[in-house]
Amino acid sequence: MVHRLFPLTLLLLAAAALLTADPPSRVAIRDARVYTVSGPVLEKATVLIKDGLIEAVGENVPIPVGVTVIDGTGLNVYPGLIDALSTWGIAELAAPVPPAGGARGGAQPAPAIPAPATPATPQQPQPRARGPEDRPNTFTWVKAADLVKPSDRRIETARSAGFTTAVTFPRQGILAGHGAVINLAGENGGDMVVDPAVGLYTTLTTGGFANFPGSLMGAMAYLRQIWIDAAYYRAAKEAYAKDPVAIVRPSYDRALEGLLETHRLLIPAFSRVQIERMLRFGAEFKTPFVLYGGQEAFRTADQLKKAGVPVILNVKWPAKERESDPEEIPSLRTLQLRDKAPTTPAVLAAAGVPFAISSEGLDTPKDMLKALKKSIDVGLKPADAIRALTLSAAEIYGVASRLGSIDKGKIANLTVVKGDLFDEKSKVEMVFIDGKKYLPAPEAPAPPRPTGATPAGEAQ
Amino acid sequence: MIALRILLIAAAACGLALAQQTAPQPIVLQNATIHTVTKGTFSGSIVIRNGMIAEVGDKVLAPMGAKIIDLSGKHITPGLIDCHTHIALVSTNEGSVSVSSMVAMRDVIDPEDPAIFRDLAGGTTTANLLHGSANAIGGLNVVIKMRWGSDADGLVMKEAKPGIKFALGENPKRAGQGAQSPFGGNAQTPRYPGTRMGVEDVIREAFLEARQYQASWKDYETRRARGENVLAPRRNMKLDPLVEVLEGKRLVHAHCYRADEILMLLRVAEEFGFKIATLQHALEGYKVAKEIKAHGAGVSTFSDWWSYKIEAYDAIPYNAALLTKKGVLTSLNSDDAGGADVSTRLNTEAAKTIKYGGLSADEALALVTINPARQLGIDQYVGSIEAGKQADIVVYDKDPLSIYSKVEKVFIDGRQYFDRDEDLLARPRREADKKGLLEKEKAAEKADAPQKRRPS
Repeated sequence: MVHRLFPLTLLLLAAAALLTADPPSRVAIRDARVYTVSGPVLEKATVLIKDGLIEAVGENVPIPVGVTVIDGTGLNVYPGLIDALSTWGIAELAAPVPPAGGARGGAQPAPAIPAPATPATPQQPQPRARGPEDRPNTFTWVKAADLVKPSDRRIETARSAGFTTAVTFPRQGILAGHGAVINLAGENGGDMVVDPAVGLYTTLTTGGFANFPGSLMGAMAYLRQIWIDAAYYRAAKEAYAKDPVAIVRPSYDRALEGLLETHRLLIPAFSRVQIERMLRFGAEFKTPFVLYGGQEAFRTADQLKKAGVPVILNVKWPAKERESDPEEIPSLRTLQLRDKAPTTPAVLAAAGVPFAISSEGLDTPKDMLKALKKSIDVGLKPADAIRALTLSAAEIYGVASRLGSIDKGKIANLTVVKGDLFDEKSKVEMVFIDGKKYLPAPEAPAPPRPTGATPAGEAQ
Repeated sequence: MIALRILLIAAAACGLALAQQTAPQPIVLQNATIHTVTKGTFSGSIVIRNGMIAEVGDKVLAPMGAKIIDLSGKHITPGLIDCHTHIALVSTNEGSVSVSSMVAMRDVIDPEDPAIFRDLAGGTTTANLLHGSANAIGGLNVVIKMRWGSDADGLVMKEAKPGIKFALGENPKRAGQGAQSPFGGNAQTPRYPGTRMGVEDVIREAFLEARQYQASWKDYETRRARGENVLAPRRNMKLDPLVEVLEGKRLVHAHCYRADEILMLLRVAEEFGFKIATLQHALEGYKVAKEIKAHGAGVSTFSDWWSYKIEAYDAIPYNAALLTKKGVLTSLNSDDAGGADVSTRLNTEAAKTIKYGGLSADEALALVTINPARQLGIDQYVGSIEAGKQADIVVYDKDPLSIYSKVEKVFIDGRQYFDRDEDLLARPRREADKKGLLEKEKAAEKADAPQKRRPS
């Protein structure tokens, strides 16, 4: 039955594809300055796009007949920009997420967003978690790939700022779920997904005295125990498969099933102490891991380099709060952090630590570029800034064979800018996503704000 | 009276001196009054080589190329040891459960806590960072040295024996009493236990579970040896440390106050065949000193701090002295949380036992040096001034048992980590740094301002 239907479905799909394929399948941008990122900047070059992929790039690429030609004179072409730690595409997560950790502490407040897969009702308090066996705040079965929709209105804002791609994560819980690399355009959620599971997002959220884990050390202990449990579960399943008579059937556990799909761990670490702590902790899991936050990483570049661990930088640089007491004099530590945090990208680049950039905590996608401009002003090479927004992000998540640079065979995600990317006066002319052209929204839309949904399912 | 008693050997060859540059320069602390704690008090000198005390005596042999520090008129003690503190930690309690033996203080060390520096400035060089007292069985402790400036790993004193915190009485039961609890419990789902009886039950249940777990591993080993196809038990981070307690591999540091609960714990421990290493606080310890001595537990208490809650009412300042005289291994601790306080003056805490209980100067100093070292299983490394021990040394301007004394220098592993004069000199520099950064911020704000006023 299934077999007989299958070719028919394919035919229908092909027909549908033909019907929607009104944009030309081949486009050439010629005479533009092309930032390939993987190689040198080409001052006057052509990028040829075919069927959603980059067909050719170079200074002497012949333009075939019948190709839509865009005159790139005076335009800069970059690989499509990537938000390396995002919630774009999951409209429910539009509320700003607090940055990772405090200045000294390791714990952070729980994002006030219910996990999309298991909406918590505020009237019914969750039963008290009494230990790791209760799988507190665990949503390892949640996948961003199942949740993303093109209808999230932040997507257009992001495209207008030059972003073509995001690595989007569910956010609630100690183990929040798996992130996906998504393109910021598509007919439906499935279209957008470039890679459905690139990493498991952890937060080390704590529940006070009411719920296990109530402390950072408790959250760390929980991660260790559930990791042990998952390894045990896998071994038990394998043993049972081999000998269902001698071995007791293991009881199905979706939390462990989800955990076993982990490709890499995302672990929060903001300050020097947290980074050192999490480098040591992350190494215990024998799984690739990435630190996110990292504003004080300018003090830990050597350790990061030695550990070979990349960083997704939160670029909401610490600054004096607008409504802070003018009489209050901050500590020397605080002042030093404010002064030096924007130097982090340059320090990491010099040390050879891979890093990418996150939109976390920022009002608009454009603020990511503004924040990097600040870093450029204090020594970051523009080429390293571009790399962080493109190829480095793709490399960190293992999708660099398809994204991140302007090379033959890669997905045709391009950002075309009149002027320099980091110049505030520059204008994003257009972006290409899967080879399809998108123009920026005519007026800069209002910054995305929380929709006013009352936070539910908070811990405590 | 203090004469130069050091025999200097002239450095004959420059080549030799060059060869030694890779090793740290030896140090000679010269002509001080040395309170060794274990070998009496005398005036003399100490040679530090490779981080260790190489020689102590009224006459010592100064190694070639040594840095000589004259300490005429000064006093020296071993680095002080705080057997119970909560400084330098990001979190103290995993208070959500009654048995939190899966958590480890090692995970949450904050090497940038200024309390470390303040401890140093008070002569405390080693401390036992304990889990809080919110639960009957708490987390795993870690012993650190105040190596200010190093990362968390660098602070850890790896030679120390592993340990675990227990807690009896009001704290573990109050944590379970719902919304009224000072620990912020959950009114809907109060935590067991709510009474002292319950605390005992929690400990007993936990060890029954641990025994079962221990047996399941033994059973697995036996069956596997027989060639059976059998799964190993699942590793349980909560029970692993309790099995270590049963096997005598992990020290128990138990928070307690009342005589009755002390006796309860000793009975439970004896029932399960393990020893309590230290009774922490134990303000009523003097009432049951004989029983504590018979069990072989140590006590780590306060000098004269009590009445902050009901169970701490029946306390006396003679506790440490009475316990010492009954032969109980006793120490004094700070229990500092949220900053360095008592831990910056453990020397004068010790001095109080001379007034209250008539301890000798050496016995008093032992309460904050060699005794806590013994309680933590580190007495072969620290706790007294003896050749072969790690060079953790405090230099005072006056007798350390006087409240007028000030710490001038502190060495850990032979490296100087604190110098009072240098610290005083550095303060204006730090103030200038701060002022400079504030001005830089203001200038940047001004530069940004015109752009903000631009009409949009």
